[in-house]
Amino acid sequence: MTAVLTIVGYGFREALRRKVFTVVLVLTAIFLVLIWIASHFVFEHLSGLNAHGFIDARSFAGSTLLGLTMFGTLFLGVVLSIFLTLGVVNGDAERGLLQPLVVRPVGRSTLLLSRFLGAAGVAVAYVFVVYGCGLAIIDMTGSWLPTSKLAPGVELAGGVVVVVAISLLGSIVLSSTANGIAVFMLFGAGLVSGLLGSIGHALNSDTVERIATITAWALPFEALYQDALHIVSSGASGFTGAVLQLGPFGGSFVHGWDVRVWAVGYLLVALGLALLAFSRRDL
Amino acid sequence: MSALAVEGLVKRYGSVEALKGVDLEVGEGELFGLLGPNGAGKSTLVKISVGLVRATKGRAEVAGARAGSRAARAKIGYLAELFRFPGWYTADEVLILHQRLAGSPGGAAERNRLLELVALADARDRRVSDMSKGMQQRLGVAQALVGSPRMLLLDEPTSALDPAGRRIVREVLENLRDEGVSVLLNSHLLSEIELVCDRVAILRAGEVVAAGSPAELSRPRGVELETGEGTRTIDGATREDVPRLVAEAVAAGRQVFGARVLTSTLEDTYLEAVGDEVS
Repeated sequence: MTAVLTIVGYGFREALRRKVFTVVLVLTAIFLVLIWIASHFVFEHLSGLNAHGFIDARSFAGSTLLGLTMFGTLFLGVVLSIFLTLGVVNGDAERGLLQPLVVRPVGRSTLLLSRFLGAAGVAVAYVFVVYGCGLAIIDMTGSWLPTSKLAPGVELAGGVVVVVAISLLGSIVLSSTANGIAVFMLFGAGLVSGLLGSIGHALNSDTVERIATITAWALPFEALYQDALHIVSSGASGFTGAVLQLGPFGGSFVHGWDVRVWAVGYLLVALGLALLAFSRRDL
Repeated sequence: MSALAVEGLVKRYGSVEALKGVDLEVGEGELFGLLGPNGAGKSTLVKISVGLVRATKGRAEVAGARAGSRAARAKIGYLAELFRFPGWYTADEVLILHQRLAGSPGGAAERNRLLELVALADARDRRVSDMSKGMQQRLGVAQALVGSPRMLLLDEPTSALDPAGRRIVREVLENLRDEGVSVLLNSHLLSEIELVCDRVAILRAGEVVAAGSPAELSRPRGVELETGEGTRTIDGATREDVPRLVAEAVAAGRQVFGARVLTSTLEDTYLEAVGDEVS
């Protein structure tokens, strides 16, 4: 246990020392300020949006703004996750940081899982803080909160944890740069498929929606993000809910316990493969 | 029981055979030197012994435990050829990290002793990023000694050290031998190996081409006799032949000014063993 905590602490300290952490913090501050400005002006003009009386304008605006906040949180969380893990094995081995640790009695699996816990801990804490700030901003500026407040944050955190595991696995078989590019491209592919799914749902195109669904299952961080959006938008009833689900932050094409269980299984498989690959890796 | 026993060790990287069936044994409290040109397989041998690299074939054991196993890793100290500590750690923090990972109960007393041993007591609170390369290498030696390992494997431990630093490491190694610690020293510096090692193995292209004590490897080459008629070398003659050779010269009416036994140095043997390979 001491060894695990030591390596987790080592990972935390390394994460906090990295310049990318400072960059992400600055970007996060800018992002939250932008969310605050957007929320402030959107809610200020709500009476105009409510003119026709068809939709619950406050719920519509709140859900959309929270969806945007969740997108930004996931994006920045993924950037942080990738940079924390892209060189954990090959990168550190090339720099000679890994070898003195690996020869200690702690063992490779403990070492790798501890590095995972360290990176995932930082990323999850980051996601919860930013998501919480986003909720607080929307509540303060528009007096609106989703029906379920915690679950969307948990799903976002789950999404970045999956990215941490994928990036950790990549760090064993790819160089740091190649791994960073590969994982970020996977994330991009997930986002594109998410938008495609929303378009497919709005246009009632089964083929497009099916492609997006398959991609979301292949990249469960995207499925969890869609599920989180769905939780937020499903709180709105009637026409408002229907309109929300047709938009980019509706999360209507993949959701439910199936994807959550699948994401956990996917995470375990990714970690299992990482452990296996690391145990066979010559350093 | 041997501190390190290697038998028929083979390692292939794709089509390249880095080790071709190496047999080697390091005894308890023995200081064993590994020599060889670049690419001879020295670092691969050390890495297999500490569990960083998996052998393709053969057996490697540390104090009876399979190399790379938890039991084996608990008994070793290792300094890699290319290593780095996080720049934001102080010397003391590096040792604390390794004490925790090694499960060493030594605490501050052990850290103080190790830092003093490698002449870094004054740099205890200095960050690694502010240390010279030589200081980092000495810190690496201290790190390898955390937890009082019974077998120390050092891969080029003095490559970045100045003569004073080399002497410090040499003294550390000699003290360790006195304490019964076994050491496998991989170095390019023949003089260093010759000075401290009890036995030496020379590797070439993944094979042991010569092994023995430095004295055994430095074999006699002849006797040089300086007489009034000049200097003459008698090939194949040994120290035992000197009185007879001098007596014969005197009996022949020659004045003898000196006699010197010629031995090949470890360097001669090394160059002979590795041929024209550049190290």
